Amino acid sequence: MAGDELLILFNYLNCKTMIPNKFDYHRASSVDEAISLMAQHGMDAKLLAGGHSLLPAMKLRLNQPGVLIDIGRLDELRYIKKEGNELVIGAGATHDDIAHSAAARSTFSMLSEAADLIGDVQVRNKGTIGGSLAHADPAADWPAVMLAANAQIELRGPNGARTVAAADFFTGFFMTALEDNEIITAIRIAEPPKGTGSSYQKFMQPASRFAIVGCAAAVTVDGGVCQKVSIGFTGLADGAFRASNVEAALTGKKPTEENIAAAAQLAGEGVMPMSDHFASEEYRLHLARVYAARALTAAVR
Amino acid sequence: MTNYIGKAVRRVEDKRFITGKGRYTDDITLPGMAHAYIVRSPYAHARIISIDTSAAEAMEGVVKVYTGKDIAESGINGIPTGWQVNFKNGDTMKEPPHPLLVADKARYMGDAVAVVIAENREIARDAADMVEVEYEELPAVAGPKKATKDGAPLVHDDAPNNLCFDWELGNPKAEVDEALDRSHHITTLEFTNQRVVPNAIEPRSAIGHYESASDKYTLYTTSQNPHLTRLLMCAFVLGIPEHKVRVVAPDVGGGFGSKIFHYAEEALMIWCSQRLNRPVKWTADRSEAFMTDAHGRDHVTKAEMGFDKDGKITGLRVKTYANLGAYLSTFAPCVPTWLHGTLLQGLYTTPKINVDVTGVFTHTTPVDAYRGAGRPEATYLLERLMDTAALEMKMDPAELRMKNFIPPFDGVEQPGYQTQVALQYDSGNYHGVLERALEMAGYDDFRKEQEKARKDGKLLGVGFSTYIEACGIAPSAVVGALGARAGLYEVGQVRVQPTGTVSVYTGSHSHGQGHETTFAQVVADRLGIPMENVEIIHGDSEAVAFGMGTYGSRSLAVGGSAIMKSLDKIIEKGAKIAAHTLEASEEDLEFAEGKWTVKGTDKSVGFGDVALTAYVPHNYPEGLEPGMDFSSFYDPANFTYPFGAHIAIVEVDKDTGKVSLKRFIAVDDVGNVINPMIVDGQIHGGLAQGIGQALFEGAIYDENAQLTNGSYMDYTMPRADDLPSFELDRQVTPCPHNPLGVKGAGEAGTIGSTPAVVNAVMDALSPFGIKNLEMPLTPERVWRAMNS
Repeated sequence: MAGDELLILFNYLNCKTMIPNKFDYHRASSVDEAISLMAQHGMDAKLLAGGHSLLPAMKLRLNQPGVLIDIGRLDELRYIKKEGNELVIGAGATHDDIAHSAAARSTFSMLSEAADLIGDVQVRNKGTIGGSLAHADPAADWPAVMLAANAQIELRGPNGARTVAAADFFTGFFMTALEDNEIITAIRIAEPPKGTGSSYQKFMQPASRFAIVGCAAAVTVDGGVCQKVSIGFTGLADGAFRASNVEAALTGKKPTEENIAAAAQLAGEGVMPMSDHFASEEYRLHLARVYAARALTAAVR
Repeated sequence: MTNYIGKAVRRVEDKRFITGKGRYTDDITLPGMAHAYIVRSPYAHARIISIDTSAAEAMEGVVKVYTGKDIAESGINGIPTGWQVNFKNGDTMKEPPHPLLVADKARYMGDAVAVVIAENREIARDAADMVEVEYEELPAVAGPKKATKDGAPLVHDDAPNNLCFDWELGNPKAEVDEALDRSHHITTLEFTNQRVVPNAIEPRSAIGHYESASDKYTLYTTSQNPHLTRLLMCAFVLGIPEHKVRVVAPDVGGGFGSKIFHYAEEALMIWCSQRLNRPVKWTADRSEAFMTDAHGRDHVTKAEMGFDKDGKITGLRVKTYANLGAYLSTFAPCVPTWLHGTLLQGLYTTPKINVDVTGVFTHTTPVDAYRGAGRPEATYLLERLMDTAALEMKMDPAELRMKNFIPPFDGVEQPGYQTQVALQYDSGNYHGVLERALEMAGYDDFRKEQEKARKDGKLLGVGFSTYIEACGIAPSAVVGALGARAGLYEVGQVRVQPTGTVSVYTGSHSHGQGHETTFAQVVADRLGIPMENVEIIHGDSEAVAFGMGTYGSRSLAVGGSAIMKSLDKIIEKGAKIAAHTLEASEEDLEFAEGKWTVKGTDKSVGFGDVALTAYVPHNYPEGLEPGMDFSSFYDPANFTYPFGAHIAIVEVDKDTGKVSLKRFIAVDDVGNVINPMIVDGQIHGGLAQGIGQALFEGAIYDENAQLTNGSYMDYTMPRADDLPSFELDRQVTPCPHNPLGVKGAGEAGTIGSTPAVVNAVMDALSPFGIKNLEMPLTPERVWRAMNS
């Protein structure tokens, strides 16, 4: 569809909105039950966790599922814990849970920084990290942080459990590696080496508070040199991505202002940026460079 | 005797609001009530080829679907406007019909095409999808200046070039041209004062309830003025006698102007209810609110101000194209003319002023009064001119203002100030507010700090706005001469109950303003009784005799004055009864602290005893009527003229263009203050909205006149974390012509703040040679300006 037609369609939907279509509702009592309910209802079913992406989409009738499977009250999904040298975040942990988790903060401070910048208090209280990752909004905060943290995403489906690296999980515009009837159960993040600092810096879309540009950076400095650099971007393009060119430009270098600035200049190279009322393509690319520098500077501070 | 006046009494209405016990229109459920959903045009301009309602009507639970054809065939009229502004040549303004549902053409995105009525709202909503409307899309125009060009798509066939009216005020243009030609310096600005969406927290809602047994109608509606809605709906639209119609505006969750007007949905619900013989409710969802609540502002303006070599203003010339939207809303013609042009004197002694306004139809949501209504547009252009002129003439913007201020006058010893643009200001001390604001801002230190920050690569800026507004709307004879089709007095009835408690019926309407508290403070003080003994009743045409509602910062100045008149009558009658009881003459009595005392003695009788006597008149003055119940109409002698000085301090992020508002100082003079907490709250809310326009808000229409940001994901409202803690102070220059000496506080914050913020950003950007940017000052806009 051409842009104009999309807009007309959106406005048409906008003309008659706010009441979702009719749907059936099931509350799953376990992850396994949720999976079997999904298998039973197939494409017509949607998982409901915090509901802060799904419900607005349903009210706008952009999404019209016939069945909702509520996993929002599953205690087995709502935890944050250390297991050996890993931080494990249950998919049902809310943004607010993560914002206030000492374990998360001590693993990567960008986890708590990002959690604190999501939406508003109500969204943080209800929205979950698993829901956000599964939705894969191209302007959501978590995908960038997951990429920079080299997170492993645990999935479970009718055929059992599997683990997918964040870099392989986000596959495009609202698209992920989730198979039919699979559910995210947890996120595993390895404790980084000593000398690692991280930061999430976000230029907010002022109305929605999603990211126009969000940059998550984790830098391991050893012997005065950046040994490992991980950078994830969100908001900039049609999906979150690793900025490997920026990472490479700083790896092996001293974390000086000049080196960071030079590496940050590469941010957004080769990327097809999004464009909207709030930020044109050109401005988004400019912000990517500014926010790469800010995130890297804060990470090595 | 002031036990309450001037005190920050906690709001009595807050208990029900905060505990969720408020009763709003959508909370009302009537037996047998059906629910309406309105089918709206997705196109800004389209011919309606056909409408097929059969699939929708076949759905289970659907009661009926009506279209524009049904409305047209029923012979009722469209929605009228309440103000007439003619062409300069005397021709009557163009006033095209505004039917409740359109039959021929949709003229803006959101225009109502059909209404689905069903057993519940969900079915109505689903059935709306089944109404098949075939449209032929037509070219559309959204901008007011563009719409006047030859060949622009016409909104109404009988309004050539989309002109509704053209209008002029002030000194003859030739005199102003000459004054400007002779000026040492002319500052010119061309800009758009952008369209904003009111966004009251409660969406509009209406319930029509026809009772065939008594042939009576009740309309529950989210209105700022239920009586005017009844008048317009009954007399002009539906042709139903007023005495058969009750209009109730219960708790209303904010209006900001957008709920003043009589909307099509109100008359439509009454019409549907009468046809179906059952109550019908409609409640807008947020998307509908964005599309169909009357918008505000939207002026395209060129303004030129001349100065002599000392910086004295020599003249002002203004040309504005005002966007009226697709149809004329209730006050639409008045806002860009009489509420805008008349304020162009500002606080200055400008000797020659000419303002020329062209009112234009476009394929957009109707535009009408939004908090400030015309006065923010006037203030914006004046105050932007002042700071720009100061920059161009290398003068200090505060000094430039001081040099041009009208000298202080109290309106009693010194006469009011006659402006070049029709108004006579009541009282003012303009130097006072600016001096205080400068002191609070630490202005001299700030300039040093700014200088230092610039050397460190940081962009700090300060901006000023010294504003005046015309409130307390309005003397009926004056507004009648200016085209108003209604009077603008207010009604206040005070009913003393036999036990001495008091019920007050006011034609003002509270939708956030706290009248139940402020008015009770006034009544309790005047009668010397506890506030708990006073109840304020409003918003019901069956309870309150009449009323003109709440807008234009008029409630206390006009509505409060009407109550004061009735209180005088109560006290006068009470004195007669007290004199009889005390066996004294009226002249020997004084009324204080809630009792009448024989002067120089300890003989007294209390208000409660006198009230009881009035209702149990066994021992009673001969010839005096029993009872204590008085109603008064108060028609103000003049507008009131609040004023103030606002200072904004901002920092601009050089890398991103993002503006951070660091400080906001507001010194307002709203005359006497009854409840300082409520006034502070009004100022705070107003500032947030004014700052919102400067930095965040703005409806965006594309080239097809599609509203492209009609949701909270896309339209930026100011939020608490966007704003600093406001620094407020007040000066008090009482209004000389109303009994409370009050001027009004509801719009001051909105009117003053917008240009202060924009001026501050321009000051911060002055090293880049940037003089003017369009609002809202979004980061990208500022960044582009810095990098071009």
